[in-house]
Amino acid sequence: MLEILHRLLFATLDAAPALVFAALGAVLSERAGVVAVGVEGMMRVGAFCAAVAALVMPTPAAVGIGMLAGAALAAVHGFLCIRWRSDQVVSGIALNLVALAGGTFLLETHFGPNGTPPIQQLQPLHWPELASVPLLGALSGHAAPTYLALLLPLLLQGMLTRTPLGLRLRAVGDKPHAVATLGLSVPALRWGAVLGGGLLAGLGGAVLSTTVLDRFEQHTPAGLGFMALAAMVFGRWTPLGAFAAAAFFAFGNALRIGLASSAPGLLDVVPQGVLLALPYLLTLLVLTFQGQRNSTPASLGVPYEQESR
Amino acid sequence: MSLDIREGELLAVVGENGAGKSSLMNVLYGLYHPDSGEVSVGGKSVRLKSPRDAIALGIGMVHQHFMLVPTLTVAENVVLGREPTRRGLFDWERAVKEVAATCERFGFVLDPRARVDTLTVGSQQKVEIVKALHRGARVLILDEPTAVLTPQEADELARVMRGLVAQGRTVVLISHKLKEVLGVADRIAVMRRGRLVAEVRPSETSATALAALMVGESQRAVMSNAAATPEEKLASEALLEAVGFPAQGDNARPALRVGEKPPGDVLLEATGLQALGDNGRPALRVGEKPAGDLLLEATGLQALGDNGCPALRGVDLTVREGEIVGIAGVDGNGQRELAEVLTGLRSLTAGSGTLLGRPLKGLTPAEARARGVGHVPEDRLRRAVVKALSVEENIALGRHSGPPFAKGMWIDFAGRRERAQALLAAYDVRPPEPTLPLQALSGGNQQKVVVARELDARPRLLVVVQPTRGLDIGAVTQVHARLREARAQGTGVVLVSLDLEEVLALADRVYVLFEGRVTGQFTRPEYDERELGRRMLGAEQAHG
Repeated sequence: MLEILHRLLFATLDAAPALVFAALGAVLSERAGVVAVGVEGMMRVGAFCAAVAALVMPTPAAVGIGMLAGAALAAVHGFLCIRWRSDQVVSGIALNLVALAGGTFLLETHFGPNGTPPIQQLQPLHWPELASVPLLGALSGHAAPTYLALLLPLLLQGMLTRTPLGLRLRAVGDKPHAVATLGLSVPALRWGAVLGGGLLAGLGGAVLSTTVLDRFEQHTPAGLGFMALAAMVFGRWTPLGAFAAAAFFAFGNALRIGLASSAPGLLDVVPQGVLLALPYLLTLLVLTFQGQRNSTPASLGVPYEQESR
Repeated sequence: MSLDIREGELLAVVGENGAGKSSLMNVLYGLYHPDSGEVSVGGKSVRLKSPRDAIALGIGMVHQHFMLVPTLTVAENVVLGREPTRRGLFDWERAVKEVAATCERFGFVLDPRARVDTLTVGSQQKVEIVKALHRGARVLILDEPTAVLTPQEADELARVMRGLVAQGRTVVLISHKLKEVLGVADRIAVMRRGRLVAEVRPSETSATALAALMVGESQRAVMSNAAATPEEKLASEALLEAVGFPAQGDNARPALRVGEKPPGDVLLEATGLQALGDNGRPALRVGEKPAGDLLLEATGLQALGDNGCPALRGVDLTVREGEIVGIAGVDGNGQRELAEVLTGLRSLTAGSGTLLGRPLKGLTPAEARARGVGHVPEDRLRRAVVKALSVEENIALGRHSGPPFAKGMWIDFAGRRERAQALLAAYDVRPPEPTLPLQALSGGNQQKVVVARELDARPRLLVVVQPTRGLDIGAVTQVHARLREARAQGTGVVLVSLDLEEVLALADRVYVLFEGRVTGQFTRPEYDERELGRRMLGAEQAHG
């Protein structure tokens, strides 16, 4: 029993970081009032650029390239939504489509349909003193992103709730006009949040192609960006909540793999497709029961115009 | 347009909606940038690029629509942008202390730890003032500060303003409520269509003279044309006069309290208004039962608000033919939800009622229309019109499938044009051009189109919410006249308004809502503004 739990926990910790980073990025952007539908696209761009960069440079540096790529796509979103006040959902969806088609195009023209050549994965870190403790041992043997994914939610939560910057970001997501009348710049705050969100989403994508896989595959990130949005909503737009939700989804995924491998007979009864859909069904279920609560930033998706109030 | 503001004075800037008062003040606060001209502070020409510059110069502004983040605490709202920190982190405890100190210094009673969305409107306004003072404002601009306040809160604000002036600070009060301006200001600047037309001292003028200055002679002619009868005109003037703002308390600068009247006097004036407004309908007097048929009888109405919390907690209501029933209350006490229940837009969670002969429960908007309920909603652009459609198309909305707007399954273009033209002429919509997109009209004319459409359907019950918000005096007079006309023709009108003066001027009976309950019920001659105000703040119901 303990052994199964250990394996589930280990698999969860292995799979969670990408989702956690993307969800945190979405939280950052949306708390400042900019809709983050584009995370899926940012993840894809981050994953692709990291995989390609890793062919010519050390993998950790390639992850950095992936982050920058995510931020670059976020900058397009910021330009459209903040500078030109266009519809944020439409802009996000457009980014997703561009990333989907652009990724496929570049992959097929340069590397063929089977993905980029394999790269050096990020190395797992081992903590021998932990490894012998039951259950906690599952913490050992992951690559760096896993540990970052455990730390970052705390940092982001602290930033949002305990620093002046966090106060301003929350204010700008709820009532940008109030922020403007105090002499603060609404565009600057929103730009910061959108770019930060892009960095995090890009990191999430880069983690997919450098630790979960060892290449960029055709379908990466396979809807993980949308699950990140679900985690953000489920977590009520707080970093810790989003982290908990993302971990829950990752656990659901680990459970699926665990079920399939530990009870092979199960596959005769339950089709593989149902198991594959399990995390997504969980997401739907959770969102259905949670409903729309008041935790949504009040000015989310509303372009800021000085002369309207 | 040029204007001097002197140190340590209380300057009032009055003018109609759209006269440019708010734009001028937004320029002073650095939110808008002037196309030409300059601003000097203390003799030095300055460029105000953003509110940051204005704040640095000691200019603070309290906006008409509060600039508060509802989910943050009072302290957080006040310090936002200049937060105290300790080792890089936001020092909440110190923020609370600082804000408490500022409150104490200026004599405000506020809990810095309270979340802003739990405060009353009056308290939120204090937060706004504290916010400006906390930033060291020497000049405080208040934009229409009493528009949303109860009479008690308005009195308190007047004391606050006089107190600030007594401390050597300068207050600029923007308003179109003349009585209140006459009661507190040292000097009054009158604006009309972006120009300064007069500067007067309260001692040298009267509400009537100010109104004339504000409206301008040409506009005034329109007004009297528009008003159906001399009585209506009188009533509208009385309305102007009776914008009650009794000056009381604050004896700090008695020399300047010109135009001051003891509180009793104001009461007397309000009574005068009633007599005038009532001239048309002497039938409704104390003790007399209204004669009309019962249109609506509801008991124990309960409904949820948009946030899922109970917004109506048991409202009893009756409306008869040929009466205007006013719903008074501070914003957000269930008035909106009540109007939506009556028009089928919101479902009941409990309670029952009879609306035009059939049950209120399960009412849909289509069903409401079929029974003869008209609706002039609060937010006309969202709920009443399609702004990109033409005026005539908007007039046909809702009745587009029957004559004169349609013949069989086809649109009757000629019939629609004819009806639209007739209505535009009757309601003095300018320009009277049925093919213009509705958004090309001014707000007042848009509202006239909505009122025209709803009344043209000859509703038996008309639900109007904030019918004159944002309209200029001319349009207000017309809308009021139309509502009185509808009443005279036997329509029952439910008038929801945050403007207590409007309710008192029009309604035959008034229900006061507080937190989703009726806390008071008044019938025309026994209106007591003070008592109504008390009820609006939740005081217990003693009669009714």
